[in-house]
Amino acid sequence: MRLVSALLKTLLAGELRAHPGRVALSVIAIAIGVAMGYAVHLINHAALAEFSQATRSLMGAADLEIRGPRTGFDETVYARIASLPQVAEASPVVEVEARLPGQQEALRLFGIDAFRAVAVNPGLVGQPAAKEADGEPQRLDLFDPSAVFLSPAALAWLGLKPGDTLTVQAGLDTVALRVAGSLPAAGEGLRFAVMDIGAAQWRFGRIGLIQRIDLKLAPGVDANAFRRTLPPLLPAGVAAFAPEDKLRVTATLSRAYRVNLDVLALVALFTGAFLVFSTQALSVIRRRTQLALLRALGMTRGGLSRMLLAEGAAQGLAGAVLGIVLGLGLAAAVLRYWGGDLGGGYFPGVRPTLHASVASALGFAALGIAASLAGSLAPAWEAARARPAQALKAGDEETVLRRLSTPWPALGIIVAGAALTQAKPVAGLPVFGYVSVALLLVGAILLMPRLAHWTFAILPSVRHAVPHLAFAQLAGAPGRASIGLAGILASFSLMAAMAIMVASFRDSVDRWLNAVLPAQLYLRTSDTGDTGFFPDAERAAIAATPGVARVEFARANQILLNPRRPAVALIARPIDKRHPEARLALTGPPVEPRAGEPPPVWVSEAMTDLYGMRTGERVMLPIAGRQVAFTVAGVWRDYVRQNGAVVIDLDDYQRASGDSRITDAALWLAPGATTEAVAERLRERLAQRAGHLDITTPGAMREAGLRAFDRSFAVTYLLEAVAIAIGLFGIAASFSAQALARSREFGVLRHVGVTRSQIGAMLALEGALLASLGVVAGCVLGWAIALILVHVVNPQSFHWTMDLSMPWRLLAALALALIAAASLTALASGRRAMSAGAIHAVREDW
Amino acid sequence: MLAVESITKAHGGTHGRTVLRSVSLTVRAGEYVAVMGESGVGKSTLLNLIAGLDKPDSGRVVVAGEDMCTLDDEAATLLRRRSMGFVFQAFHVLPYLTVAQNVALPLLLNGASRRDAHSRAVAMLAELGMETRHDSLPRELSGGETQRVAIARALVHAPRLILADEPTGNLDPDTAQQVLRLLRERVKAGAAAGTAGLIVTHSALAAATADRILLLTAEGLAPFHAPQATQPSQPAQSTLPTHPTRSEA
Repeated sequence: MRLVSALLKTLLAGELRAHPGRVALSVIAIAIGVAMGYAVHLINHAALAEFSQATRSLMGAADLEIRGPRTGFDETVYARIASLPQVAEASPVVEVEARLPGQQEALRLFGIDAFRAVAVNPGLVGQPAAKEADGEPQRLDLFDPSAVFLSPAALAWLGLKPGDTLTVQAGLDTVALRVAGSLPAAGEGLRFAVMDIGAAQWRFGRIGLIQRIDLKLAPGVDANAFRRTLPPLLPAGVAAFAPEDKLRVTATLSRAYRVNLDVLALVALFTGAFLVFSTQALSVIRRRTQLALLRALGMTRGGLSRMLLAEGAAQGLAGAVLGIVLGLGLAAAVLRYWGGDLGGGYFPGVRPTLHASVASALGFAALGIAASLAGSLAPAWEAARARPAQALKAGDEETVLRRLSTPWPALGIIVAGAALTQAKPVAGLPVFGYVSVALLLVGAILLMPRLAHWTFAILPSVRHAVPHLAFAQLAGAPGRASIGLAGILASFSLMAAMAIMVASFRDSVDRWLNAVLPAQLYLRTSDTGDTGFFPDAERAAIAATPGVARVEFARANQILLNPRRPAVALIARPIDKRHPEARLALTGPPVEPRAGEPPPVWVSEAMTDLYGMRTGERVMLPIAGRQVAFTVAGVWRDYVRQNGAVVIDLDDYQRASGDSRITDAALWLAPGATTEAVAERLRERLAQRAGHLDITTPGAMREAGLRAFDRSFAVTYLLEAVAIAIGLFGIAASFSAQALARSREFGVLRHVGVTRSQIGAMLALEGALLASLGVVAGCVLGWAIALILVHVVNPQSFHWTMDLSMPWRLLAALALALIAAASLTALASGRRAMSAGAIHAVREDW
Repeated sequence: MLAVESITKAHGGTHGRTVLRSVSLTVRAGEYVAVMGESGVGKSTLLNLIAGLDKPDSGRVVVAGEDMCTLDDEAATLLRRRSMGFVFQAFHVLPYLTVAQNVALPLLLNGASRRDAHSRAVAMLAELGMETRHDSLPRELSGGETQRVAIARALVHAPRLILADEPTGNLDPDTAQQVLRLLRERVKAGAAAGTAGLIVTHSALAAATADRILLLTAEGLAPFHAPQATQPSQPAQSTLPTHPTRSEA
């Protein structure tokens, strides 16, 4: 046993010494795959942990939280709940996303009753700054209607200190608040502000309304049992949450995005595994006679398999260790310089600290080793099954992988992959969609030897020796050709799939933006907070502005349909009930409610997935604290709110809610009026209030929307680029290994009178033909994968559908670049293989 | 046909180990010459210099009137393609080509049409007794058959000079005898067209089939005069020369 182990070590070390570059390439590929996966995991985990911690800290010691829509609910509910015997303490809270003039992001602002909050959620009670004169804290500031307390992160973000003024928008006016102190218990990463509850209601026009009630229950009261008794006491759309529900909702918001990024990061590991497969397969071909000799000398099949798998595992282990270190460094750098948001916008402003766990590091290391082992499996199996007597003969190389050329397992895997696209999501995630993509890739790769055989066998006979040799090599050695071909297929199909998916998505978003932005000018009180709105006088002023032909006002709000899910956007705007398609990107024909039926609402695609709402159905929506019946009159596409949105006619909304606040206005201009001139007049009319208003054209909004789209895909592009780069390295490695394995053949050709340039031309032609076939197959496979991404993964992850768009120019450019790169790589590899000289090549035994 | 004039060659540059020292050799049209010598004495190096695959440090090699030393790589390759045929110890047939395709390769390289190349390759194979194997792949052949394919490839384009490097080194004695006979016959059959042959070997039996034998030693190339006794049963791999030479260098 010790002897075998020593032999294995010697052989492993020998391979490493003989081909350090090739081994290093495999190790680096695995390392990059592990590093990308681990870094993305660490960043997302850190951001989510920070977010969860923030959520937890905002709930303080509360056992339950009663929460309503963003517009709030009647504060008398507080008195009713607080008086229940099961409730030990209750703390009412006003919660607004305050718009800060000049800031892109809103500041969350809580209005609390300090006397109540101190028992339930002491972290929300501010720490007044000491007065300079006597050095004593000014405790009365807790109730000062002009005083506000900021968390350390908010102070740092806004560059403020106690005594400074914080300006917050309220309607189209601003409110100046004095920074009276800080909130030291808030933690480092959370930005928020706290003020007195009465002051918040008054300042932000929410008299009589609160957003939530934090409850501390009496000793011995079962929180879940108590929660079940609450619904009859609460208005519609108001529900009680346990802390774990809040954390789940927080995690749900970003889960699909995080999982998709994780999967994409692991694609790099897949291409890394493929690179290991290419190098191992070619190494086994190159060492075929050596391995046969070991068998002849008495090494068992199992021993040989173990030796080759040990090679793969050793490379995987080295790559995994390197990858974990790289991943840690990468995650630390990203968190330090860019924060925890990877472009999806789920963790804006969160700057979490890195927390690496041994378990996750070991998990990703195991994935790296498993990927390397998976890449080594087929070559090891094939080498062990080879008959030593036959393998000792020169020219037997092509029998390697011949067993893989039978198409049936590959076709079976492809059919299984296609069948899995019909499966439903698992826990809201497209698990079977991902498995389907993986199966299609694996099946197509396994089909390559057969495809190479079929294709190259029908290549035309040519008179010239160079193409004759190239064609003969491809037709006569399809097994060896298929290794390079599979690399090209994997890289190009992933490239094509991502290009098609992103193009489809971008084009759909572009068309959607055009559909939902029909006006010529848009006015918004705030696109980030909910403290801005148009007072009546300003609405009249806008409508009367010269050059404005028509104005449509809208109201954006949120409602809660399921306490276990994030809130749903409620958009009230004027809609022609007979032609809703004029304002909404409907996915199917709308229905018009018959006389006597409830008024219509149009729901986003997410509502059908998450809440089962279908066109023509009657649904109940909580509006202003009561359940109101509506008819689902159509389903529309929404690429902004993945947790669902409901559009309701503004008149219907105002009738049902009594809420006449307006947050947005869409303007159609009179003939001859220009957007610039009208915008200027609006600014003049609204005077200083115009500074708190966004006046934008649909073009600018469209541009901003597409910019946000590109930003959210930036990390996706990066991960994809890394995966493709590893794939291209795999192609280069496989060409290089094949060229070296063929150096004897090149030597013979040189002896019989083939010039170096002819051999170069032959290799370039082989590379180009191989890449062309790989590109064609990759295009088909990429299109199939893109179909899954477009029609399965995206709808199941984000609940939005899109139309397929083919970026032909981009695909053609990528294809040409890949074919050229493959030709040049093959040529360069051949030059290297020929550098040893024809004399040496024909004398070489191994 | 071939004139080697005082060539010197050192491996590892001019300051390296000198393998060939002032070697001269002439092979006339129709002549079949064997060069013998111990392993490492430079037999293969001599062959490579003649083929233009390597350059001597001094001296010159003239093949069919062309000074190989003045030709660049491209020109030397073209001359080799046209005028030379190679037979190796390790056969070196291309595994992905059929037997006929392997044999047709020099014809295609010299611009023959595919059909013509194929028919001439098949005819050549028939002459060598391989008429039933032209569609086989090399891995389906025995060692002797594979070497016949290699010989067919070396002869098919009627080269002026056939170079053979230990052509029987990997063959059993009976097969080796057949191959040697075949090589000699083909050289002699082409004698009228000016074909000559040069075989390098350490096998006395192989050398014995040549018109004359030269012995390559560290001192240079010299005619070899064999001992009187002949042992017909001597194994082909013996390094002891057993056959009298017929002429001198």
